[in-house]
Amino acid sequence: MLEQQLINALTLGSVYALFALGFTLVFGVLEVINLSHGAVFMLGSYTAVTVMTRFKAPLSIGILAALLVSGLIGLAIDALILRRLRARHAPHLIPMIATIGVTTVLTSAAQGLFGVEVQRFPTEVLPTGEFVFGEVHLRTLELGIVGVAFLLMGLLFLVMRHTRQGRALRAIAESPKAAALLGINVEGLFMLTSFVAAALGGVAGVLIGLNFNAVTPMMGQPILHKGIAVVILGGMGDIRGALFGGLFLGFAEVLSKAYLSSQMGDAVAFGLLFLILLVRPVGLFGRVLERKA
Amino acid sequence: MGSLADFWATYSTLVFTVGIHALLALSLWLTLSCGLLSLANAAFMGIGAYTAALLTLHLHWPFPAVLAAGAVAPAVVALVIGAPTLRLSGVYLAMATLAFGEMTRILILNLDITGGPEGLNGIPLATAWWHIALILAGAGYALARLRRSRLGRAFEAIREDEVAARLMGIHVEGHKLAAFTLGAILAGLAGALNAHFTFFISPREYGFENAVDILTMTILGGTSSLIGPVLGASILALLPELMRFLHAYRLAVNGLILIVVVLFLPTGLWDSRRLRQMLSDRRSRRGGKP
Repeated sequence: MLEQQLINALTLGSVYALFALGFTLVFGVLEVINLSHGAVFMLGSYTAVTVMTRFKAPLSIGILAALLVSGLIGLAIDALILRRLRARHAPHLIPMIATIGVTTVLTSAAQGLFGVEVQRFPTEVLPTGEFVFGEVHLRTLELGIVGVAFLLMGLLFLVMRHTRQGRALRAIAESPKAAALLGINVEGLFMLTSFVAAALGGVAGVLIGLNFNAVTPMMGQPILHKGIAVVILGGMGDIRGALFGGLFLGFAEVLSKAYLSSQMGDAVAFGLLFLILLVRPVGLFGRVLERKA
Repeated sequence: MGSLADFWATYSTLVFTVGIHALLALSLWLTLSCGLLSLANAAFMGIGAYTAALLTLHLHWPFPAVLAAGAVAPAVVALVIGAPTLRLSGVYLAMATLAFGEMTRILILNLDITGGPEGLNGIPLATAWWHIALILAGAGYALARLRRSRLGRAFEAIREDEVAARLMGIHVEGHKLAAFTLGAILAGLAGALNAHFTFFISPREYGFENAVDILTMTILGGTSSLIGPVLGASILALLPELMRFLHAYRLAVNGLILIVVVLFLPTGLWDSRRLRQMLSDRRSRRGGKP
């Protein structure tokens, strides 16, 4: 069923895009490869599950809680670690290595707190509706996932394009030093970026958790690797690229799983990443920058 | 002597693990010495381990030949993927090698000959402690010689400033490929040795977490000398034993180490320059006072 596969692909692709958006935002503004984004994603998912099972909260509250908690975690990572490394002007690889450490700590903490067993969302609060067109089943849940993902991405685009903060962020992405000279509160916007990026990642975690109805401490790892593939595909730091890259990967993965080989579907992301890096390292939409010596 | 035998019976596995970890840390040290952050060394270890184990299990090759093949196979792969990949630098290279590592893991996971997710079982025990000691010592000696050689100096020049190195007539691409391939050889050797002493290998042992472990050992010890990686590897191999009481949170210690080292000890535990400075400070204080 091609149509059914296309629905799956759109659902998965929109979540990949949402996840990659936060990842690429941090790279564009802070110039940090934040490898803890997958762990934040996982904790977002756990936040929603916990709020919804413990306090019987509705799904919307679960998503809001995940947004807030993962945003705060992102803020904490920035305040405790990334800011110090910025102050020291540490070379690019150093913050990346630090965030690998953060991932290990957060994953291990989640294993200790929530156990390694799969946790599930309470089924009674999940939307169960379904639209049937011939043989194609479109679940309300999938519709909701795509809706939430695109809503948040749309909001981010509007903010980046039309608000003062968005313009300031784009200025920082060009040159933090010049932005600071223009009176932009660079540190404050770094914090805002860390919060927003992590919050987007956390919500993406809830959406993936809902899609497969499974939350585990290790769920951040594969999506992190896929997120990397997406941002490389779309060009590092390119917001539009993250959207197209995410959707593209969703379709490539689902279709190759359906029509080529179910096991090798996971290798598609990395094959694509590898290929893009070799052929066009700036990504599909990136411009070739002049190399700085 | 009795107590020594007891000690050996209890801790021989630990000694083996320290040796293998030290080899892996040195393999990454070698690639880092040329300024390349590679997350592919765990995959190279896996390629070496699987090549060696398959040759032993199916073709019954003698152990030295198996070890050699375990070193050569990842070297060939490194040469093939290195040529295009090493044009990338910094974080892009790290991510390309990460992707390569994941592809290797998925491939091992899905091939028939590698036994899929169950891995390979019943690999005969062939690694003796002195094999590891000998290879580790040999690698240490070779690397120490390499540092002072034309090749090692060229690696260092490339790490410090690629453009300047190129202007001095160093063939940057060739040297990078050499560092990457030599690192793969060491990692493959470690894998081949490890496979013939753990009895069992599976794709899970060669994934991203293991690449991170290798990185942690090397960064913790410090990359300014050869002692650093070996020290870092020893600490990381012993740590799980010491941290047993932490149970589920044990892995968090590795992550914390990485963060703390990056924040507060950017040159690692063993920084030869810092140590020399401390020694000379003490000496001058002692000599300077009337």
